[in-house]
Amino acid sequence: MISANLSAIFYLVSGVLFILALRGLSSPETSRQGNFFGILGMIIAVLVTFLSIGNFSNGFIFVLIFILIGGSIGAFIAYRIPMTAMPELVAGFHSLVGLAAVFVAISAFLNPEAFNLGTPGNIKLGSLIEMSIGAAVGAITFSGSIIAFLKLQGIMSGSPITFKGQHLLNAIILISIVALIYLLCSSQSSNLFWILLAVSFLVGFLLIIPIGGADMPVVISMLNSYSGWAAAGIGFTLENTALIITGALVGSSGAILSYIMCKGMNRSFFNVILGGFGATDDTSSKSTKEQRPVKSGNADDAAFLMKNASSVIIVPGYGMAVAQAQHALREMVDTLKKNDIKVSYAIHPVAGRMPGHMNVLLAEANVPYDEVFELEEINNDFANADVAFVIGANDVTNPVAKTDPQSPIYGMPVLDVEKCKSVLFVKRSLSPGYAGIDNDLFYKENTLMLFADAKKMTEDITKNL
Amino acid sequence: MEIDPLIFRLSIFILSIFVGYYVVWSVTPSLHTPLMSVTNAISSVIIVGAIIAGLSGNSESIFNTSSIFGFLAIALAAINIFGGFLVTQRMLAMYKKKKKDK
Repeated sequence: MISANLSAIFYLVSGVLFILALRGLSSPETSRQGNFFGILGMIIAVLVTFLSIGNFSNGFIFVLIFILIGGSIGAFIAYRIPMTAMPELVAGFHSLVGLAAVFVAISAFLNPEAFNLGTPGNIKLGSLIEMSIGAAVGAITFSGSIIAFLKLQGIMSGSPITFKGQHLLNAIILISIVALIYLLCSSQSSNLFWILLAVSFLVGFLLIIPIGGADMPVVISMLNSYSGWAAAGIGFTLENTALIITGALVGSSGAILSYIMCKGMNRSFFNVILGGFGATDDTSSKSTKEQRPVKSGNADDAAFLMKNASSVIIVPGYGMAVAQAQHALREMVDTLKKNDIKVSYAIHPVAGRMPGHMNVLLAEANVPYDEVFELEEINNDFANADVAFVIGANDVTNPVAKTDPQSPIYGMPVLDVEKCKSVLFVKRSLSPGYAGIDNDLFYKENTLMLFADAKKMTEDITKNL
Repeated sequence: MEIDPLIFRLSIFILSIFVGYYVVWSVTPSLHTPLMSVTNAISSVIIVGAIIAGLSGNSESIFNTSSIFGFLAIALAAINIFGGFLVTQRMLAMYKKKKKDK
């Protein structure tokens, strides 16, 4: 058994190690070391917890058993998960953090003596407030992440589910959560605690259902942030520095990512949260569109264009992930490079279903990360490039965002693909993207549409090079 | 007059938010996915609370309602810790620089 002061110092050390873990991610070279710091911080935190309890009788063996069960499930998932399923995995993991926070809060509520928080029915006021906030945020994280997971996995439709009075209902429920916490703290009633949990689960569910598939990057980042705040709430209850520091880090990390994602779409956070993007003006945009001529080509034409180019910029999007085309793409690029053609990749901040999604897929396909560029880094290069190869992206290339103030995506930063000498657009059909609007790029003089599955088309082009 | 320890914890919390703010802005966008998986793993340090909860039963009865929730939370957090760190490691191992030999 070690003293409370000593264990507090060790918790602080593990908190600092977690900061270093995030710091390491500032560049790929230091990132692996950063991850190691994170693991070290976790080991210290767990060991110190055991040592500070000291007298753990025969419950200890069960703790190890449960760690082992959870650990093997986690390790199994981590090794088996395909990189394209990373958004689902992260959403799933968030739900577990949320649920774990709820369980710890329930346990502390039922048996406050174990945590030095008072006795059942007479829990210290401060602890009860912290506990109920932690539990409520945890529950929201859990049910919200489950919905996000189901939407990403395709089990639930990715289209927004909206109904009349939705926002009013959400507002009422959120106010009732605050009221419930107040009543709970004044009465210490366990019934109110369970009602609070139930209502919080409900609100997480209601908050995420109106948000559509392509807004998932924001949702995942937001839930990431929530899981952090839930952990911090529990950290306050347990008076544990490591948990408070981590909760604050994760909370702000998720908030920053949400901000970056919203900025990438030129939408306010509230606009995304209130949901239903593109669902409202669906009919008007479709009926007024006249048929315009497009040029379509085959793999042979595309190969010819690229062979005669001196520089090619690849613009990947979610469609590449769906078609699992990243390896085929890398092979095509290898062939191009053999012909002394300069190739780089342009990644839009909201390409894919989570922040950095495309980067991971390209890294998986052995694309060196110094060939992959962010929007601001590469956008000026399109004017000097010969060919832009758009694979599975759509709205993020739409020039309408720069020209038409009426358009729902007006003002969104887009890749200046149309400035290239020629544009190759791999797509299955002319159907509009997620925003529900037509892409002017399809009808440009210098655009060649390649109607096919992204993976098959890329392979065919490679054969023709 | 003594200061409530809560104030110290609140100070740590607020300062950590600022640390987090600056540290996360310095994360390169290409590593945003590993950032999410690693934050996921470290937020599972909530396992310390779960362990305390799990060990709250006395020696005659290890399992009571409170400790069962603790044990369940241990398993959930452990999935996240192992899954989160390992998948991060797997991802980070794929980020390679251009080979200079060509």
